Amino acid sequence: MTAARHSDYYVELEGVTLTYGRDDKRVNALGLTDLRLKQGDFVALVGPSGCGKSTILKLVTGLIKATTGYVYVAGREVGAEPVRVGMAFQNPTMLPWLSVRDNVMMPLKIVPPFRAQYRSKRKTEFRDRAEALLKEVGLANFGDKHPWQLSGGMLQRASLCRALVHEPQLLMLDEPFGALDQFTREELWAIMQELWMKLRPTVLLVTHDLKEAGYLANRICVMRARPGQIIDDAEVQFPRPRTIEMSYTPDFVGMTQRLRELIVSAKPSQEAA
Amino acid sequence: MDPQTRRRLDSTLFIIGFFVLWELLCWIFNVSDIVLPKPSQIIVTLIERWPALWPHTVQTLYTTLIGFAFGIIIGVLLGMLVGSSRLAYDVAYPLLIGFATIPKVAVVPIFVLWFGAGTVPAVLTAMIMSVFPIVVNVATGLATTEPELEDVMKALHASKLDILWNVGLPRTMPYFFASLKVAVTLAFVGTVISETVASNRGIGNVMMIASSNFEVPLVFAGLLILAIMGVALYAIFSLIEGRVTGWAHRKDDFAMG
Repeated sequence: MTAARHSDYYVELEGVTLTYGRDDKRVNALGLTDLRLKQGDFVALVGPSGCGKSTILKLVTGLIKATTGYVYVAGREVGAEPVRVGMAFQNPTMLPWLSVRDNVMMPLKIVPPFRAQYRSKRKTEFRDRAEALLKEVGLANFGDKHPWQLSGGMLQRASLCRALVHEPQLLMLDEPFGALDQFTREELWAIMQELWMKLRPTVLLVTHDLKEAGYLANRICVMRARPGQIIDDAEVQFPRPRTIEMSYTPDFVGMTQRLRELIVSAKPSQEAA
Repeated sequence: MDPQTRRRLDSTLFIIGFFVLWELLCWIFNVSDIVLPKPSQIIVTLIERWPALWPHTVQTLYTTLIGFAFGIIIGVLLGMLVGSSRLAYDVAYPLLIGFATIPKVAVVPIFVLWFGAGTVPAVLTAMIMSVFPIVVNVATGLATTEPELEDVMKALHASKLDILWNVGLPRTMPYFFASLKVAVTLAFVGTVISETVASNRGIGNVMMIASSNFEVPLVFAGLLILAIMGVALYAIFSLIEGRVTGWAHRKDDFAMG
């Protein structure tokens, strides 16, 4: 099933399930799931912990294989053709022996077609590209520093740069702002929105923070746990660029309240299952 | 005086004090040279016999360094294998531990049987002495690489070799250098063991002959030479370690460089 298919969607999960272990130790990590993302879309996955949000990210990047069903990216089964993927995690996972700039440039060293030119452009074009991104997230002049010399918020900014430096078609964000204080978080939402509007990758964001989902995403999918399943999928109508002020309007608050109720009311089934 | 200089001065004074105490105790209790020579006498012997001693010193040093170099190559390769493959780990560890437990003196006669007495068994003994800590540390460094660091690379569809080269090996460097410091001193032990048993050159051989002639100050002079070479090489590897793996100690002068 590697032949190209015609589809309006960039990412498609079709009847996907995922189980870990076997026999009586089976864990149903993901129940029957369908999810579709248009190219350049920004979709947030929210839900209680353990509901399989991160599992969906891993499925889409091909880090794990679905037990049943199909995952298509760019019209092909995932893994059939290398799609440039950027990824940022809750932990910034910078390599401590490299400078911040070299950390940001790491994808260029690994991912084709940049890989082939890495040696020749490492000190010119690629370096400038990394610096430009660092500047955009407010880390100009920090390229030569080492990760331990930066604060958690700064590292997370650098981690966003690393996720974007190779101009990924697909951006996977796994709670990248989860460990930050509120002010840093809101600042990074604004930066993230700006970068997304400029580069327009297809983004899948996993988060616990409903406000974050409402601020950043075009669509919010609510999941429930055990088995992980998408129980709600709604568009976010607010115009862009969105602002923090918007998140205090009655419409926005109403939306986050609705999401909250969905998540809370989905909980009892967790015990039943 | 800044604390750094102060610390160095203190430690130097204590080391000198140790030898002064040794000298004094020998005087006070009138200890015979054949039992325990005075430090001053050891140094005099060292200087007097230096023309005869230095070819042996060079022999021991270069034998050790060749053995050590082979030890590093084999140790790193084995460590990479053991650290990155579950099967290799399960197979190699019992073998390695068994091998490390064997007294190396017992192995020297076998080497002599295969290669004849002289430099070759000494090089081999130095090598097998230094291999074990290197293998263990390199393997440990690789096996304990944080999965998050690997995930970053896997998300970029990096090959196993890319991950090893860009994440595994750099992360293992502090472990590797820590093992080098231990391994280089062990390499000296290996060389001297072999020289003592089966060679007519090297410090080990000199000490063997000296002790059978009851020239105890010469034996101690040999020990002193070995100790100095050991300390010097340890210091060299510490220095390289600081340069290469400063990130692991979060040294700011590393970040500047």
